[in-house]
Amino acid sequence: MLIEKQKHNSFAKRILAPAVPVVLGYLPVGFAYGVLGINAGIGTLNTILMSIIVFAGSAQLMATAFFAQGLNPFSIILTTFIVNLRHLLMSASLSTHMKKWNKAEVIGFCYELTDETFAVHSLRFANEDAAALPAISINFICQLSWVIGTILGTVTGNLIQDVEPFALDYALPAMFIALLILQIRKQRHIWVALTGGLISLILWGIGITQWNVILATVIGATLGAVLETSDKKKKDALQNTSTEAEA
Amino acid sequence: MTDQQVLLTMVGMGVVTFLPRLLPAWFLRGKKLHPFIEAWLNYVPVAVLAALLLPSLLVADGQFNLHWNNLYLWAALPAGLVAWKTRSMFATILVGMAVVAIIRLIL
Repeated sequence: MLIEKQKHNSFAKRILAPAVPVVLGYLPVGFAYGVLGINAGIGTLNTILMSIIVFAGSAQLMATAFFAQGLNPFSIILTTFIVNLRHLLMSASLSTHMKKWNKAEVIGFCYELTDETFAVHSLRFANEDAAALPAISINFICQLSWVIGTILGTVTGNLIQDVEPFALDYALPAMFIALLILQIRKQRHIWVALTGGLISLILWGIGITQWNVILATVIGATLGAVLETSDKKKKDALQNTSTEAEA
Repeated sequence: MTDQQVLLTMVGMGVVTFLPRLLPAWFLRGKKLHPFIEAWLNYVPVAVLAALLLPSLLVADGQFNLHWNNLYLWAALPAGLVAWKTRSMFATILVGMAVVAIIRLIL
């Protein structure tokens, strides 16, 4: 019994501990999206359905503005595609940890792969906790909180409540700060982070506001891989000369 | 747009969002990748987190803001320090939110 209880505790801890910060961030942002959806005039049901069907914060917030402006469906879908294309890189990055997963698990997990859930899993998987069930459970809780936030927003409708005094709007930025710093284990990571961050910022500044993240990520990751490869070569060369010297 | 047109548009949005999330994992998992590609993929998390984070801290209301009134930026300093020292996500979030809440109460 005791062992079972401990197991139960650790399973809950493995799922809840990573999910709670995302939930704290998703509830208020989902709420804000719900309010905006009603204001855009797409109706309660459609506003909630978008959080179930699409589940992508920035794209959903943009879409409410587009629907309100009466933009054509093709443009809305194309913009969504471009804005969410960065998930290609996140999915590729996590793929190396999914060798033992079955197809349904991969589909279930990837459906709920967002910036935030990716950030959480990239750290968990790197710490060798890459089992499918806890990962999918975390994602499910996160989307559930997003949908609940949306529903609360639609219920409140036009009555916009200010979440700012509670500082809940800082939950997600603070989580990203923590997750970024926790992933910095070598000096190379610092260079990659600085490169990715600054290029993203510069591209945004010159007006490339939809491609900045994906381009900056590609350049940052390439720098990291190039540095790692050249360091390895140097090390190998050094090792070769030392073995030759020993011989 | 009618409700039905909105729904159809959303289904389209869902498809173009889901496929980029699924396809790389679907095709790459279990494949033996070139060491350079594998190294590259291992640097994606750090690069993408920084690329998402920095603009979110420095841009407020559609403009760069390095002014002292940019709370998001200045609260990142104690939050980052706590993350570095404690290696705890919860401590970081608590400190970040507390700093933001306190400054908003004062101002």
